[in-house]
Amino acid sequence: MTKKILIVDDEQNIVISLEFLMKREGYEVSIAGDGEEAVARIRREEPDLVLLDVMMPRKSGFEVCQEIKSDPALKAVRILMLTAKGRDTEVAKGLAMGADAYMTKPFSTKELVEKVRAMLSER
Amino acid sequence: MLSGGLIVSVSFAYLLLLFAVAYFGDRRADQGRSIIANPWTYALSLAVYCTAWTYFGSVGRAASGGVWFLPIYLGPTLGFALSWLVILKMIRIAKTYRITSIADFIASRYGKSHLLGGLVSIIAVVGTVPYIALQLKAISSGYALLIGEHDAAYRSIHAGSWLQDSTLYIALLLAVFTVLFGTRHLDATERHEGMVAAIAFESVVKLVAFLAVGLFVTYGLFDGFGDIFARAYADADLAGLFTLDGAGGSYGGWFALTLLAMLSVIFLPRQFQVTVVENVNEQHLRRATWLFPAYLLAINVFVLPIALGGLLLFGQGAVDPDTFVLTLPLVHGQKWLALLAFVGGLSASTGMVIVETIALSTMVCNDLVMPLLLRLSRFKQAASPDLTGLLLAIRRGAILLVLLLGYVYFRLAGEAYALVAIGLISFAAVAQFAPAMLGGMYWRGGTREGALAGLAGGFLLWTYTLLLPSFAKSGWLDPAFLEHGLFGLAWLKPEQLFGLQGLDNISHALFWSMAANIGCYVLVSVLRSPTGQEASQATLFVDVFRRGQTAMPASFWRGSAEVSDLLPLVARFLGTRRAMDAFNDYARTRGVAHVQELKADAGLVHFAETLLAGAIGSASARVMVSSVVQEEPLGLDEVMNILDEASQVRAYSHQLEEKSRALQAATDELRRANEQLKELDRLKDDFMSSVTHELRTPLTSIRAFSEMLHDDPRIDLAERTRFLGIIVSETARLTRLVNQVLDMAKIESGHAEWHNTDIDMRQLVEHAVGTTAQLFRDRGAAVELSLPDAVPLLRADHDRMVQVMLNLLSNAAKFVPAGEGRVKVALTHGGGELRVDVADNGPGIPPESAAVIFEKFRQGGDQRSRPQGTGLGLPISKQIVEHFGGRLWVTSSPGEGATFSFVLPLAEGAAESAAAAHNEIE
Repeated sequence: MTKKILIVDDEQNIVISLEFLMKREGYEVSIAGDGEEAVARIRREEPDLVLLDVMMPRKSGFEVCQEIKSDPALKAVRILMLTAKGRDTEVAKGLAMGADAYMTKPFSTKELVEKVRAMLSER
Repeated sequence: MLSGGLIVSVSFAYLLLLFAVAYFGDRRADQGRSIIANPWTYALSLAVYCTAWTYFGSVGRAASGGVWFLPIYLGPTLGFALSWLVILKMIRIAKTYRITSIADFIASRYGKSHLLGGLVSIIAVVGTVPYIALQLKAISSGYALLIGEHDAAYRSIHAGSWLQDSTLYIALLLAVFTVLFGTRHLDATERHEGMVAAIAFESVVKLVAFLAVGLFVTYGLFDGFGDIFARAYADADLAGLFTLDGAGGSYGGWFALTLLAMLSVIFLPRQFQVTVVENVNEQHLRRATWLFPAYLLAINVFVLPIALGGLLLFGQGAVDPDTFVLTLPLVHGQKWLALLAFVGGLSASTGMVIVETIALSTMVCNDLVMPLLLRLSRFKQAASPDLTGLLLAIRRGAILLVLLLGYVYFRLAGEAYALVAIGLISFAAVAQFAPAMLGGMYWRGGTREGALAGLAGGFLLWTYTLLLPSFAKSGWLDPAFLEHGLFGLAWLKPEQLFGLQGLDNISHALFWSMAANIGCYVLVSVLRSPTGQEASQATLFVDVFRRGQTAMPASFWRGSAEVSDLLPLVARFLGTRRAMDAFNDYARTRGVAHVQELKADAGLVHFAETLLAGAIGSASARVMVSSVVQEEPLGLDEVMNILDEASQVRAYSHQLEEKSRALQAATDELRRANEQLKELDRLKDDFMSSVTHELRTPLTSIRAFSEMLHDDPRIDLAERTRFLGIIVSETARLTRLVNQVLDMAKIESGHAEWHNTDIDMRQLVEHAVGTTAQLFRDRGAAVELSLPDAVPLLRADHDRMVQVMLNLLSNAAKFVPAGEGRVKVALTHGGGELRVDVADNGPGIPPESAAVIFEKFRQGGDQRSRPQGTGLGLPISKQIVEHFGGRLWVTSSPGEGATFSFVLPLAEGAAESAAAAHNEIE
């Protein structure tokens, strides 16, 4: 069964690149442009993995992460946070909010793809 | 008439009650629960000022002199109101150096001089004896009145043998009573709690009794104050009593009496005893400064009514006005009221006699007898280890002696004078202490010889002008020298000395004695500079407030001593137990377990001397201590050096305080600066974090697409072209961002270069709109330009202003709806300003964003539809406009577009250039 991935980012070009990468790996991809839309889509589509940007309008990636992780019905949803703020405190905060993994931008496409693959095959 | 037996028993009962009060007070003091340690008791004990003289004599004086009885009470009231600081200083000095009498105070101040202490004691005794005689006279004449003896009969008794005179027995009885009161044991501080309690009690009794008589006369015999005064006015003889001159006095006399009473309330031995020596707490003085004058007022309210009432009822000359307090109730059948009045008078007398003789006995013992005993070398090394018994015996003897002297004066001179006249003689005597006391407290220059000369001169003149005349008038001396002067020399007439006339005898005596006293004190003092001993004592006294209670004046001492010498010495005078207790306490404060471990340093020697001073006076204590310790006398130079050092230390510590304040201020400033730096640092961190984020975002796209293109050769051409396009545009974004960040940094840090020229904003706006025309065409938007015919030239940087215009126009282009955008650009001027408005019909800016869009990296608009920007355009524009003194702002309501406006101030004289520009264009 094809794994579903939700890409959440407000930067159009980054979305395009992520979409291309994930589709090439054979995943089913859907897209959200801000935090609120992301939460709505996660509830509706229950993706296997969310590629989640942190700095977004309306609702930040941290808030989205916390909301999803505190909902037992969505505990199967894995979250990989992507952020352009690379400071240690940001990483620690993301993990504390329940993110399963964390990568800083700009990321290596190879590493990203491997990470996604690894996270999806854990089960 | 009352029976003698009744009066005697009532008097005895009253004295026993008094004794019970005193006993209770002492008991409570021993238990540490003092009943006198409150300001009320203190103030009441000060009322010992009101003696039989007040009680009987005020009425007498009011009857003969009208309002002239008042100065005696105005003086103390003024004294307490004006000079309570002086009194406070006396209390502080006395407490700090354990001074127990006026004689001790003066002796100690002028280098612990025996001679001076002795002289003061003699003056005090001689000066006070008439006063004590007055009390005896009051009691005995009161008694005689009550048992109904006529004046003649009364006199005949006194003419008889002394041993048949009841007054002698009264004197002896009072002596016994005082001995029981005041010399039960020896205290290093000479405080008598029980006595003070009894005195305070007596003050209440005499006030109540006098008020009772006053009320009886005013409301019982007459119809109130108004009635008495109205009737007195109606009487031609009495009307004169209401005026100052009517009673035969002058303003000078009034002033002299007030001054005299003012000095007396401070320097009378008994007042010094209760005010200074018996003071428990300096704070009590504050309450006393109004409570004591209030007491005086209360006891004087009925003086005039009683005096006038007596004169109206008895007529003038029929009855001695000094006895009105007793005779008025008696004649009207109020026996019990008369008895109460007698008891009031008795309490006024006994209170005075007790305190006065105790104060005098301390002086006589410490400053007269002890110094004489100390001269006997045999006594110094006496085998007797305990001299407390001897000390007590001396004091008891002194009490008896003083009372007997009082009796003798009463026999010799008492009959010739009214009560008030006798009292004033005493007042004038104690006034002689004022120059040496006040000078000693406030002037460092006073010397022992100066004080001796002043006191001796004043005392001699007092004797000559006041005491001897009082003897002469009583017939004990040949009155010839009064009439013709000594040796028949008219200018030596005691009451018109050097021909001074026109003053009453008291003012006259006060004038000459004080002139001699102050003159001698000051002149002799300035003849030579103070010795080391005098200078050190002067400093301790004058600067007592600066030193504080704990300051050790021991720095003025140098030598060596042994604890094993000092302790027995103190024990000889205080008793072994008290001495041991005191030394143990001292050891504890020094943090030493045993007395033997005490270091016999200057501090201990000073402690022992102070302890002794309380018991035998400071001068004697000095002699005793110096007999057991090896000491090197300090010269004046050395004392001055120590004083200099002390003042240097003070100045130094003052400097240190200043410095520490300055440091504190500097620290505060640094802390503020540090906080500002921290805030700046945080802002910089935020900025860096934002810049990093903004840099990483395009980099992320560039890297991702580059890697994808690089790793995957199978991507088709269309996709490749699209990806490369993204890379190119993201690279351009990155470049723009780097440029703007640098630009921003330059402007903010003040390193930006500004090339100011005169700009015609019409041209500039037109040019900017032209430059962005393609941008608007791409978005399908229409631009409407509205320019005035001419505007004044603006002094600014041309390229920067273009930058601002392009930023605003490109923002508008980004936000207008595609295809139907309308942008209005308007330039206006007026009020010394140029104004540019750029209005769009985009989505508008919500109020919460309006404030933040001018902050760095805070872009407005919906993120997804937001055109690419760096988030630095508006902040930079704002900085540029503000650099030229203008303002940049936005007005907007969501859904109705936004208008960005800025104004720029025109330079002075821009109006002319506007005309020039206009012509040029045409």
